Amino acid sequence: MKTLNPKAAAPGTARQDALPSEKTLVDMLYYMQLTRELEFRIERKLYRQGKIVGGVYVGRGQEAIAVGSCIDLRQSDVVCPSHRDMGAFLIRGMSVRTILAQYMARKTGATRGRDGNMHMGDMKYNLIAFVSMLGDNVPVAAGIGMSFKMRGEDRVSVCFFGDGATSRGDWHEGINLAAVMKVPVVYVCNNNQYAYSTPLERQMAVENVADRAEAYGLPGVIVDGNDVVAVWNTVRTAIERARSGQGPTLVECKTFRMTGHSAHDDAGYVPAELFQFWEERDPIRRHERLLIDRGLITPAGATELKERVNDEINEAIQIAEKDPFPDPEDCLKDVYFEG
Amino acid sequence: MALTKYVEAIRLGIWEEMEKDERVFVLGEDVGIYGGAFKVTKGMLEKFGEWRVIDTPISESAIVGAAIGAALMGMRPIAEMQFADFISCAFDQLTNFAAKCRYRWGAGVPIVVRGPSGGGVHGGPFHSQNPEMYYVHTPGLKVVCPSTAYDAKGLIKAAIRDPDPVIYFEHKFLYHRIKEELPTDDYVVPIGKAAIRRPGTDISVITYGAMVYTALEAAKELEKEGIDLEVMDLRSLLPFDREAVLESVKKTNKVILLHEDTRIGGFAGELAAVIAEEAFEYLDGPIRRITAPDTPVPYSPPLEEFFLPKATDVIRVARELNAY
Repeated sequence: MKTLNPKAAAPGTARQDALPSEKTLVDMLYYMQLTRELEFRIERKLYRQGKIVGGVYVGRGQEAIAVGSCIDLRQSDVVCPSHRDMGAFLIRGMSVRTILAQYMARKTGATRGRDGNMHMGDMKYNLIAFVSMLGDNVPVAAGIGMSFKMRGEDRVSVCFFGDGATSRGDWHEGINLAAVMKVPVVYVCNNNQYAYSTPLERQMAVENVADRAEAYGLPGVIVDGNDVVAVWNTVRTAIERARSGQGPTLVECKTFRMTGHSAHDDAGYVPAELFQFWEERDPIRRHERLLIDRGLITPAGATELKERVNDEINEAIQIAEKDPFPDPEDCLKDVYFEG
Repeated sequence: MALTKYVEAIRLGIWEEMEKDERVFVLGEDVGIYGGAFKVTKGMLEKFGEWRVIDTPISESAIVGAAIGAALMGMRPIAEMQFADFISCAFDQLTNFAAKCRYRWGAGVPIVVRGPSGGGVHGGPFHSQNPEMYYVHTPGLKVVCPSTAYDAKGLIKAAIRDPDPVIYFEHKFLYHRIKEELPTDDYVVPIGKAAIRRPGTDISVITYGAMVYTALEAAKELEKEGIDLEVMDLRSLLPFDREAVLESVKKTNKVILLHEDTRIGGFAGELAAVIAEEAFEYLDGPIRRITAPDTPVPYSPPLEEFFLPKATDVIRVARELNAY
């Protein structure tokens, strides 16, 4: 972990060895496992069975980022997830059934069939729905932070995006505005090294996404995105910084996309040794080892946890598969407020 | 009673809403200490403070994006585009984020994005555009174009109170040229309602924005020849007052569609289609369009003069239609 802006405060640097509560540590494993298994079912089972409508984009190998970032947020805080942050939805309280119904284009999905896959939002959970134009949520999160500041509310927003999104103008405009307005927002980058088929060096001439922070006058911090505790530590410190009125932080989580861009992409352009390298750094196995080493879970307990996750998903799939599709005429509703 | 200018009417409308509702705030380029490039927000910083009148970086997309974020949190932001031309920089946030939130996930985005549009001041290609149709083609947005001081105030209030995103195109040519006595009560002009500016029996001229005055000027001239124009001011383009349009056409049986925007894909095309579909048998002549030509807005006075539709154009076409 290093801070790239020497002038700015250095969140995270003094906290590397801090650990969350035992309950949180175990919850982290549960949510990462739930993310992994849910996305596995969606991408490798339901999609191939023709039960998913449209595209599928998963965050296999990146589970620690959303989970580590969101696990300690307050319900009043606001999350703007991107397309590889399933854990954010689960932690905020969106049900597995709602998520599955979304992917199956059912009336009971998060968008009632109006939109697909990760494009889920619900103000009940303070979850802002992502749009496909990458980085668009960056200025939106700045505005969310501005409203907290205007009203003097003790709330923060956490906004996610990938490395590719940092090539977009909205990202730069949004980060700059956030820094100028000193809003309570933590910007979390899933740097998974590929934007679809394009590797990082074709996206940017700087080495790290966090290097971009210096230009905007906010701290840019790099963290191992496959270490859920490190992500938690870094984001937690950035959240504290935001809550204390010191403004936004850019947290770059270094990770790797262990799949193609989407379910129809075999990622043939990714060298096999990269997958091998990152497979050895799998965030779930690493965290499971930590819990076993610290005696917080037994190997049998870890297996039980996986079974619990499987049962939960099986049950939700059964319900979602029977859920109705929207009525065709629903196409015409809710374009505007209808009272 | 004092007369209120069009530009002052916009300011008054915003001012009153900000006094009444602390969720309402203004953000944009130079809106604070400078009071806005056209002084629409003059005096607001002093009155409401820097967290309700926010000077931003030159980042139209971030201005609208931040307005969306604040609106999702229950605020009522008014984002100023210094010139309506610059709204193109925020096109994505408006058409993809703001316009689709309610439909996708049920979250309303009550923002107002306002700015000066239109020509006649030799602003050239980037300070004179009429960009309304990009947004009229986006379900989920509302688009209004006030032409009078009364409407400028009443429509900005309606826009601020509206639960959906409203784009408010004020016409910079009218800022200081148009004034009237305004009622003191807290009125709004409902979005989607047209106004008849001059009742007439022979030909309907359906228009909006500064062209309302071009139509009225032509009507005055044609009166001498015994041609009685009805001038309809649409006031809102999305939604537009379909009933009023059809009613007027059914009454006069002849119609001129007039706008300052360019021709292809202009609002006149949509109106012509609606009239042809729903009032064809009432027509006693061809539907006629008077619009700017399909060019950028040119800068040099003779070029711009050529570009902008004029009362003489309306008079010529009205005579042709009258003789038809």
